[in-house]
Formats: sequence, structure tokens, C-alpha cells
Amino acid sequence: MTTALILLSAIMAIVVGWLVRKTINTSPWVEQRTVEATGSDAALSLLPVQVGLWVFIAVATSLFALLVTAYHMRMVETDWTDLPLPSVLWLNTAVLVLASVAMQWTLVAARRGQADVVRMGLVSGGVFSFAFLAGQVWAWQQLKASGHYSALNPAYAFFVLLTAVHGIHLLGGLVVWARATVRAARGADFNKVRLSVELCTVYWHFLLVVWACLFAVLLYSHR
Amino acid sequence: MTYVTHDETEFVPPMEVDEPELYHPKTWIGKYVWSQDAKVIAVQYALTAMFVGLVALVLSGIMRLQLGWPHTFSFITPSTYLQYVTMHGMIMVIYLLTALFLGGFGNYLIPLMVGARDMVFPYVNMISYWVYLFAVLLLLASFFVPGGATGSGWTLYPPQAILDGTPGASWGIILMLVSLAFFIIGFTMGGLNYVVTVLQARTRGMTLMRLPLTVWGIFMATILALLAFPALFVSCIMMILDHTLGTSFFMPALVDKGQQLGYNGGSPILFQHLFWFFGHPEVYIVALPAFGIVSDLISINARKNIFGYRMMVWAILAIGGLSFIVWAHHMYVSGMNPYFGFFFATTTLIIAVPTALKVYNWVLTLWRGKIHFTVPMLFAIGFVFTFINGGLTGLFLGNVPVDIPLSGTMFVVAHFHMVMAVSPILVVFGAIYHWYPKITGRMLNDRMGKLHFWITFIGTYAIYYPMHYLGFMGVPRRYYALGDTLIIPQSAHALNEAITIAALVVAAVQIVFLYNLVWSYFNGEPSGPNPWRATTLEWQTPDTPPKHGNFGPTLPIVYRWAYDYSVPGAPDDFIPQNQPPGKKAGPGVSAAGLRPA
Repeated sequence: MTTALILLSAIMAIVVGWLVRKTINTSPWVEQRTVEATGSDAALSLLPVQVGLWVFIAVATSLFALLVTAYHMRMVETDWTDLPLPSVLWLNTAVLVLASVAMQWTLVAARRGQADVVRMGLVSGGVFSFAFLAGQVWAWQQLKASGHYSALNPAYAFFVLLTAVHGIHLLGGLVVWARATVRAARGADFNKVRLSVELCTVYWHFLLVVWACLFAVLLYSHR
Repeated sequence: MTYVTHDETEFVPPMEVDEPELYHPKTWIGKYVWSQDAKVIAVQYALTAMFVGLVALVLSGIMRLQLGWPHTFSFITPSTYLQYVTMHGMIMVIYLLTALFLGGFGNYLIPLMVGARDMVFPYVNMISYWVYLFAVLLLLASFFVPGGATGSGWTLYPPQAILDGTPGASWGIILMLVSLAFFIIGFTMGGLNYVVTVLQARTRGMTLMRLPLTVWGIFMATILALLAFPALFVSCIMMILDHTLGTSFFMPALVDKGQQLGYNGGSPILFQHLFWFFGHPEVYIVALPAFGIVSDLISINARKNIFGYRMMVWAILAIGGLSFIVWAHHMYVSGMNPYFGFFFATTTLIIAVPTALKVYNWVLTLWRGKIHFTVPMLFAIGFVFTFINGGLTGLFLGNVPVDIPLSGTMFVVAHFHMVMAVSPILVVFGAIYHWYPKITGRMLNDRMGKLHFWITFIGTYAIYYPMHYLGFMGVPRRYYALGDTLIIPQSAHALNEAITIAALVVAAVQIVFLYNLVWSYFNGEPSGPNPWRATTLEWQTPDTPPKHGNFGPTLPIVYRWAYDYSVPGAPDDFIPQNQPPGKKAGPGVSAAGLRPA
């Protein structure tokens, strides 16, 4: 449970630490601050939907940390055989990096107000993401072809489970991406497009970090 | 403690805040069925949770009939008994308590108490309820599939949960796991709302340290749930795969009825770790909202500010943080490394410190208060008693050498029912009596309420106190019938009969409560906006019940904390949070806190 414990402790430390810092120097029973003075304490300087995304990222972090923990705990059992990872995963990783870079490029363009660059960036980000998903499915096929396909092989089962859960998260992101892309193509309110782009970019970077961690775990955890 | 007289401050105009665009439904269905109003969603959550809770209550009654008079009821077989045990536990913990505290009270109280028009993502909030309802229906459907509901115990331990021989091992367990997965998805949608609304939608002047403790409790419980439910989600998904695709995440190599099964090498202990990594925070997911609500009920009815508000907040934070590192105290009998057990025994005893601190503060709030024994207050004080009793036996069970002999006995059943069944449900009742006037505009009947309280309170002690003794005698839990066991004397059987009678009486008196809910809705005394003379914002709304949008044309401005009761020199014994300093307005202060009554 070490992985999950460390990550969750970090999340809890951030949450509890932030809350204690916000609350330590106040004595609400003798307070007579004017309303203006409380303004800075009112909320984070983020939109609700941005905070919502960060909360969701914390939830997803917990989910992936627990999956990795389960992977490590299952690995010590006697029937474990290491899985030869298909080399296409390296290509997939590069494609996901490109997707993230494209999103970042889109974000910069959105902040500068360049609508046509935003459209191009969104489309390329989406294309790279779909290419990544196709590559992951291809990796499954390769493993299946190499004769490692057996539900009884826990390494294979974990590989499919981890990549599938990650892929589903990416698919969820692509729903938001599709809405943003349609909006951008229609030339809708640019502020809304920019917000969607900001959300997508954060989420894509997060999913890249998650994939990098999962890939590292799959590469370097051997018995 | 010194109270500072508030200076006259200048008139503060309402800040021009970006008001969220509220969705205004035009049809009856849009208003009450596919509603995006947190208050309606709260009532939907609460009614669904109470309905499914009643199912679980009936199941417990049947279980008690079997334990009281074994071999008397032909419709209770060993298999159905185990199914009832399982469904009773799972429904009560997840589908009733978690859903009611967070989906019910969270939805109703968070926006009103922090001074918001609604949750920040109303549409997601609506979906959250419908996913929850779907999960409930899936769960209830499992009674009617071939083989019936799962009988694996609420902890669903593999390998037995999915092996032939356990009731519901074919369909029941799948429906249970899928239902849990949907519950978690639905909850995550709701939970995002609760957390972000508390962080981002507080009205002007509502600093974190001016939040009522109810909101603190629900807020922290939601954070715990958001981080802990993924563990249950992961274990559900992996167990479904073990069952349907034949993977071996949890399933070890097994010989079943002389047949070698296809599984190989899986780790049942891995499941236990994942389950309890969720399961222990779950205790606090249920307890923290109860702690928060009780703090407010006690303060309001003792007409005194809560003792040690800041300590109460930090205790909630500390309990939340610590609750993630105590899970393995549920697994002392799983053959773990003794050092591991020592570590978890230590953390378990440490978490008792902030919890005890809260208990002291409740008692010290009562000390020299002007106590009004209203029905909510009776339930709140009942909670403090019960929580102390349940907590003390927790100290026993938190220690490895005491836990090991007691773990399989009725002592554990008595302990966890006291601490996480009766205690929170007393708070649920107290909270319903307290906020029903805001929800409906009418008071619940006081006589029926008191009858409900006393029979429930004394009755639950009649049920669970003797159960500790059964545990000491070694009476095992989970057993369909004790049979002629030498170590179990005749008195234990007599005690079981007495417990069953008490349980049936307690179950029956809940009918009075339900009748009261319905009767008072039509015939209750009109409550007015603030019947308890409370300070928090939900009692200062212009309409009771509050309309969609909660606060009329302008949002309230908050000038003080939630506990200004019996302030020396003040004309009333309470000062609403939205009353500007220096104003001598009485209880009729208006919603915005600006217009004189």
C-alpha cells in the first residue's frame, strides 16, 4: 500500500495544510473584520469549474495510485511472470507527449486570442490523442499475438486493466475536447473556448503524467 | 472569554458578484423530477435513502427473528439469512447513511449555509441523484435474480464471494459490484459539487472560519469519500473481472468440490487491504457529518456558542487525515505481521484523541448552557452518550490481543452498531426534526417526536448493551443458528430473545416517525422562518421553504461566526450571521441582512 499511502498522504497534507493555514490566525468569536477585509479569504482565485477539475484530478490520482499499489502487491505472488512490453508503447508515449504539446500550444494561442491557431491546435491535439488510443489497442493486439493472452496471466490482466482505465479517462477528456472543438469551429464566444482549452490542457498534462508513471511502473517492476 | 462590541460600520452595499445563471424549470416535471435545484435533489436523495433504509430495517428484523427463535420461521433459510445480513449491512452503510448525510443533508444545507444560490454545477448534481437511484435499483434487483442477492457478508471477501456455495454467487454478487461502481460514480459527481461549492461559492464575508460546523463536517467527509471510494471502485472492478473473465487478481488456486478451479495465485488479502482502505475512512465519512450537525444542534439548543470552535475544526481535519492510516485494524485476524498490527493499533489509539476532544467540547458546550430539551437536542445528547459507549469498546478492539479473541463474536456487532449505526442515525433523526420546518414550513409533532426518541434511545441500548455480553461469552456473529453448543448457556438464548423483542419494538416505533413526517406535512404547526432562533443563514431566508435561488434578490452578507448565542448586551439571545455590527435588529432580520424587519 506504499504507493497509495504516499500519494494520498501528499494530497491530504496539501488539503489539511491549506485549510489549517487558512484557519490558524483567526478568532472568529472576536472577529470584527469589515466585509472588505474578508474578501481575500473568500475563495481561490480560480473559476469553480477549474477547482472542480483539480478535485477530479485528486480523485483520479487516488484511483491510479491504488491500481499501482494493487499491481505491486499482486506481483509478489508466486505465479507472477513478467510481461515483455510491446515496443509500440514507446511510440504511443511519444504520441501522447505530442498531444500534450499540441494542447499547450493551443492554450498559448487561446491566451493570445488567435482563433485560427486554436482551431488547428485543438484538432491536432485530438488527432494525437486518438492515435495514442489506437496505439494502445494495437499494443493489446501485439500481446495477444505473442501468445501472452491469458486471463490467468496477472501481468497481462493488469496491463490491460491499467491501460484501459487510463484510456477511458482520456476518452472522457475527448468528450470535453469535442465540445470545445465544435465551439471553436462555430466561432462561439471566445472566452468559453479559452476556458475549455485551459481545462483540457491541464487534464491532458495530468493524463500524460499518469501514463508516464504507469509506463515506468510496467517497465521497471520486475520480480 | 471576552466579547468585543462590534463597531458601527458603514453601510456595506451588496457586492456586485457574478450571479450564476440558474436554470428555471417551467414544468412540474422539470421542477420536481428532473430538478437541478439542490434542495429538491436533497429531498430526492433523502426519500430514496430512507426507503432503501426501511428495506434494510425489515431485513434486520427478520434476522433478529431468526436469532431470537431459531427453527421457528420456515421462510428463513441459512442462505436467505446470509443474504439478509449482507444486504442489511451494505444498504445501511452506503446506500442509507452515506447517501443521506452527503447527498441529502449536504445538498440541502451546503448552499443555504454558505449563502449560495445553488450548487456550482447543478446539472452534474442532478445526474448524481439519478445515477444513485439507478445504483439503488440495481441493488434491489439482486433480490429477484436467479440465486438471489449475494450472501457473502457486506465486506464481500473473495474467494467465497464468487464461489458456488455462497448465496448469490452467480448474479447477486455481480449486481452488487456493478451497483457499487455506479454509486461511486454518482457520488463523485455529487462530491465535486459539495467540495467546490464550499470552496468557491461562499457568500461575501463567509470566511472558512465562519462556516457552521455542519458544513465543515460534510466538507471533510466529502473529501474523504472522494479519495477513499476509488479503493472500493478498484476492488469492485477487479472482482467483476475475476468473476466474469476468469482473471486472478484476488482468486487464489482453489479446489472446489474436488475440482481444481481455473484461478491461480491471486491474493484475497489484497482485496481486504483495498476494501478496508475504503472501509475505514467510510466510518468517518458517516461520522464527520454527524459530528458537525451535532455540534450545531447542541450549540443552538444550549443557547451557547460552541466550545472551542477552532479546535472542533482542527479535530475534523485531524480525524480526516488520520482516517487513512488506520485501515488494517480491521484485519488483525488476517495473519498480518505483528509489527504491522502494532503500527495500526497505535494509529487507532491516536485517532481517539481528536475524537475525544470533540466529545469534551460538546459536553463543555452543555456546561452552564440554557439547555432546551427540544426533540433535536434529545437526539443530539443521545448521540453523545451512544458515541462515547461505542467509542470505548473501540479502544478494546483497536488493540490486537483483545481484538483477536473478540473479532468473530457478537462483541464486534455491538461495538460497530453503537458507534456507526445508532450514533449517526440518532443524528439523522435529530437533523430531520431540526430542519424539517425549513424544508416544509411546518414543525414536526413534538409528542410523537419525544415518543420516537425515548423508545429508540432506550431500545437501542436494550439491543446492543447485552450483545457485548454475548460477545464475551463467545457467541459467534454471522451464524444462522447456534445449535447445541456447549460453551453457549441457555441464558444466551434467553438474551437473544430479549434482544429480538427490543429490536422489534424499536423497528415498530419508526412507524411513528414516518407517520409524523406525513402527518405534520399537512397538519403540523406552521414554523415561521426561524423556529429555533438560530443564527445560521438557512434560517434567514425570505421564504420558508426557500425558493429556487434561496435568498431573494440579493445574497446575504455575513458579518460574524455562526455561534453568537447569548451575547452579553445583545437584545436577543442570538445574532444572525448576516446581521450587521451595531444594528439592534431582532429576530426578524431580513434575508439580505440589510433591510430592517
